[in-house]
Parts: sequence; C-alpha cells; structure tokens
Amino acid sequence: MAKRIAIECAHAASLAAKLANVDVIAAYPITPQTHIVEKLSEYVANGELDAEYINVESEHSAMSACIGASAVGARCFTATAGQGLALMHEMLFIAAGNRLPIVMTVANRCLSPNLSIWGDQSDIMASRDCGWIMFFAENAQEIFDLVLQAFKIAEDERVLLPVAINFDGFYVTHVIESLEALDQEEVNKFLPPRKIPPHALHPDHPTTWGPIGLPDIQTELKKQHDEALRNSKNVIKEVWKEFGDLFGRYYEALELYRMEDAEIAILLMGGSCGTARVAVDKLREKNEKVGLIKLRLFRPFPSEELFEATKNVKVLAVIDKSISIGGVGGPLFTEVRAAFYDLEVRPKIIGFIAGLGGRDVKVEDFVNVAEKSKKVLAGEKIEKDFMFLQVRE
Amino acid sequence: MVETSFYFKGIKELPREELFVQGHRACSGCGEAISVRILMKAIGPNCIVINPTGCLEVVSSPYPYTSWAVPWYHVAFENGGAVASGVEAALKALIRKGRLENKKIHVVVIAGDGGTADIGFQSLSGALERGHDLLYVCLDNEAYMNTGIQRSSSTPYGAWTTTSAVGKVSFGKPQWKKNMPAIVASHGIPYVATANPAYPLDLANKAKKAVEIEGSAYLHILTPCVPGWRIQSNLSMKVARLAVQTGIFPLYEIEDGEFRLTVEVAERKHVREYLKLQSRFAHLTEEEIEKIQKRVDKESEEIGLGPRVES
Repeated sequence: MAKRIAIECAHAASLAAKLANVDVIAAYPITPQTHIVEKLSEYVANGELDAEYINVESEHSAMSACIGASAVGARCFTATAGQGLALMHEMLFIAAGNRLPIVMTVANRCLSPNLSIWGDQSDIMASRDCGWIMFFAENAQEIFDLVLQAFKIAEDERVLLPVAINFDGFYVTHVIESLEALDQEEVNKFLPPRKIPPHALHPDHPTTWGPIGLPDIQTELKKQHDEALRNSKNVIKEVWKEFGDLFGRYYEALELYRMEDAEIAILLMGGSCGTARVAVDKLREKNEKVGLIKLRLFRPFPSEELFEATKNVKVLAVIDKSISIGGVGGPLFTEVRAAFYDLEVRPKIIGFIAGLGGRDVKVEDFVNVAEKSKKVLAGEKIEKDFMFLQVRE
Repeated sequence: MVETSFYFKGIKELPREELFVQGHRACSGCGEAISVRILMKAIGPNCIVINPTGCLEVVSSPYPYTSWAVPWYHVAFENGGAVASGVEAALKALIRKGRLENKKIHVVVIAGDGGTADIGFQSLSGALERGHDLLYVCLDNEAYMNTGIQRSSSTPYGAWTTTSAVGKVSFGKPQWKKNMPAIVASHGIPYVATANPAYPLDLANKAKKAVEIEGSAYLHILTPCVPGWRIQSNLSMKVARLAVQTGIFPLYEIEDGEFRLTVEVAERKHVREYLKLQSRFAHLTEEEIEKIQKRVDKESEEIGLGPRVES
C-alpha cells in the first residue's frame, strides 16, 4: 500500500530507482546530485537493492558504463549535475542514437565559470539537442513518479530512448517534502523487470553496434532518431494514463494553473513554479488575469499542447533559468517563439532570464514579470523582447 | 627462442573458425588485422568486443558491412574501459538475477594506442582500479594512424609523424615512448603481457590466458603500420620480429606481479636493423641511433635479455 513519508527530494529519486529494481548504477559524486547516489549506495550495501554499483572515475565514464550495460539489456540508472552533464555531453548523443533506455536524474546546476554549485538550467539547456526524452520536475512526488514512469517509457520497444528527469539543484534536491511512496508490489505491477531485447549484445546472437556511417546513411539515421523522439509522446501519454489509473496521479505535458480566462501566461519549468503560483494567486486577488503554465515535458517539445493552452492568451512570458549567450534570447523563449511563428493568431511572446547560478527567484520577480506583461498587453513599448530579471546594472 | 605454450602447442592447434572475417578494409600487411585474426581465434566466440574508435573500428565496420562474427560495439574513442565496465557489470547483474543464462562471457576491449595511452587513459585506469573481469588489448601502431599518422604518447623517440615533423630544427618526436604495460602493471592487476603478431603462438597463448584469468588483464600488442611506419607491406612481420630481436619491444608477461620473459633473446641485434627498414626513422643521425641503442641496452639488461652483438 502507498504510504505518505517525509523525504529529501534527492532521495525520492533514489527510492524510485530502488523500487524500479535497477540492475546497474554508475555513480560519480557532484553537488547537488550526490545525495541521490549516496542513498543508492546504502541500498546496495544493505542488500535492499540487488544491483551492480560502479564507482566510475568521471561522469563521462558514468554515461559510458550505462551505455555498455544498457546495450547488454540491463536497466541502468545514473545521476549528474552541471559540469558533470557537460562532461558526458558527447555520450548523451550516443546513448540516444544507439537507442538505449537509460534513465538519469539531473540536479540542474549552473555551468562554470565562476565555479557555481548552485542551481539553474544552463546544464541541460546546453545538451537539449542530444535526443533524450526530457522532463522537468518540481517536487519529490513528481521526481518519484517520473523516474518510475521514465523506465517504462524508455524501455517500451516503440520508444527505446533514454530519459532525463531534471530538477533544480538545492531548491528542489535538498528540500524535505511529503511523498506518497508506492510499495514494491505496486511498482512491480506497473514496471516489470526490463525484457532483454533480441538485439542486445550477446554471443548467442552476435550483432555489430555503432559502426562507421558514411554520408549515404547518416541523414536517414538522424531522421529516424528524430521521428522516434517525436513519436514517443504517444507512449508517454499512454504511460501517464496507466500510471494515473493505477495510482490516481495523472500527469500531462503541461500543468496549467488559473489559466481559465488568463490574458497573461507565465511559462516556466522546474522548482520555481511553486513560487510562481503564489505570485499568480496574489495577482488574481487584484483581479489580474494571470495564469501559470508549467512545462513538464521539454523533449519531445509539446507544441500542440502549448498552442491549445494559450488559445486565449494575449501575452506569454517565458522564464529561462539559463542563457544562450549572444543568442536571440533564453533557450526556452527562443524555442517557444519559433514554435508559435507560423500561427496566424498568436500571443505576444516575451522572455525573461532569471535565477542564474542559484539566485532565488522570488514572488516579486514574478509580479515584475506580470507588470511588464501588462505593459505589453496595453500596447506599450518595453525595452527589449527578452530581459534579465534581478540583475545589478 | 621458446614461445609460450600454455594452451596451443602449435599454430595448427588454433581453431580454423574465423571470428574476424575477410572483407575488411585494412591495408595489406596491416599488423592490426593479422593480430586481431589470431587474437579472436584464441579468445573464441564466447565474448563481447568493445572497440574504441581507431583504424580497426573503421576498417571493420563500414555500415552495413561488418567483419565481426562476435558481438561488437563501438561507442567512442576515449571510453573503452568504462563501456566494458558497464558490459561486465550488466552481465554479472543479469546472470545473478536469473535473467541471463549462467555462462562465462569474455569482455574484451580492443583499442589503439591513442585510445589507450592518451585519450582513453583515465577510463582504462578506472576500469583496472575497480578490477572488472575483462581483457583490455592495446593495438600499438605507435601513432594516430586512422587520422593520418599523428604522434601519440606511444610514438617512439625520434619517429617522424605529421605532428612530430622533421625539419631544420627538429628530428621527429623528442620524447620517449610511454611505457603503458608498466603503468598498467602498477595497478596490480593479475595479468599484463606484451605480444607481437610475428610471434603468433605467443600472442594466442597470452590472449587465451588473459581471458581465462579472473579479473582485469592487459595485452599490449605491437602492430606495424605500413603507411605510418613507412615500410613495405611485405616486410611488416619482419619489422615486428626485429622489434623483439633488437630488444626494442621485449615479449613478456607479468602474472600476479611475477615478471617473466616469454621470448628469450640470446643475442640482441643492433637497433639499426629495426630502424633502417622504416622510413619514419630515415632522418636519424648515427648519434641519435646510438642514443636509442644505449637506452635499449639499459632496459634489456634490466629485464634479462641477452647481450647485443654487432651485425
């Protein structure tokens, strides 16, 4: 039976990986992820989880070891953050291109310099084109549920892609929250052990993996990968439905808050959504028609869902916790704008960069976003289409 | 000269079955292709091969063709040790949890010298420190041959490569070759050996022994490269043999820390015999050649090779 427990959000990821009965874990310490792999080490040491725990010597090797293990047919898990994700960048593409259902949690952290162990989303945004399914979680419950769902989605033979579950370093990872945890029996019902696929590496059926691809084949290969990632949305929805039917928690690509009659919508991902909700409530008290769109599924990008959710929205304010230096705006902002470009009727889309290197994003910041959005709504000029919040000039 | 013969007493005892099959794109006389053919016969079909980027990967796998009759995986250049660690861990976990049949599957990495001594060094060291049950084979052709002959840390002193150019103020690579087998041995793994395709029985027996041993094993094979060493293709095995006969590349094994020469050289030839067949050394002066000879003399004495005789 499910039971309600208090748990550190990082440990919610570890608990889910344990209940998923993972076969191989590759672990390398990096703040603010480390608690996840520490807890898994305890589980293995206590015999609560029967897994091979590989103490790799870098994150590059963490992903490499997962790639090797997953190709044999094992259920694999790893976790990383910031510089660690940057170091495994090259391997992310190979894990996805080789269609390996690895699950990884990313405790989102700022990229150096300066050395910053604190949270923002610049790590995963720098790797957003690596061909993984990507979720953003806000709290312990979402982390726990998404990790379990991720294995089911990743290993589905219609998908066979790795999944990254992102959540803010410190602001989410190190917070103790309430979690409705599933028990082993419940998880087993939802997620049986990984079936070893017929193409797995094994001498009984030799296969050649990762050959050299000449120009006559690469385009088709990349297109297939792109199609696989796009098509995974159907399976994601199926799995969310099944999970909801079993356990009562239904998930969607977007989570809408007070969007019914909203003229201004704030769009963001991750842990600051809670703060944004408080801001929305405050603004609603003043009869401002402001709502929140939490983006949970980042890859494949849920354009249709976003169009539907913003049908009546006049101004869409996109918050990026990362920066595309020298680009046309934050990565999420740029992507959202590009997605809407061909619509005949579309909201005015403005972008804000906030929360870099762990700077707290406060209620006032979201109120500020709403104020700027109101100016746009009133047809006033604002300084730029995308701007920094909280910056000292 | 006595070759090792733990498993195969003669070359005809090697299995006829080819696991690295014909049709690959290696140059004629390629030391790698000859070595891998023997290596795979000795290891047998019950294995998974991890092949980091390099000549071998490129010549044996142009999609949709393959020269591999065993499961084979190329992931990247610098992570053979880590990928193999994952493969080994997965086999262990899946067998223990009853999802795979319980039979011994050899995990074998076959990497080049760049993938071993340079870019893959950390990944290899990590795998050895953790003691995974695997065999790591370094095919040492002493430079980045796949990208067109650039120097690696395994390139020998004085050798010309495209990035250790010979010019008015340079005589080729100014540093000595990195001693990979010694570095690997210092990890304290159960088995380290050197091999050479000109001594196929020695190579085959070491390969077989290395995969049978529980824990990490390392086999360092000198593989002459026809274009990179600037040698004639019909001379590659002669050059390989001279590397042993001159004491430049001694054949030995280190089993549980015990060093043993597997090919005795009673009378060492002058290094000139080896160097003169290779145009990559054509620019070396007598002085440089003597410098190399002096170093080889010292190293040979330390490990018990016979005295040098003038030819």
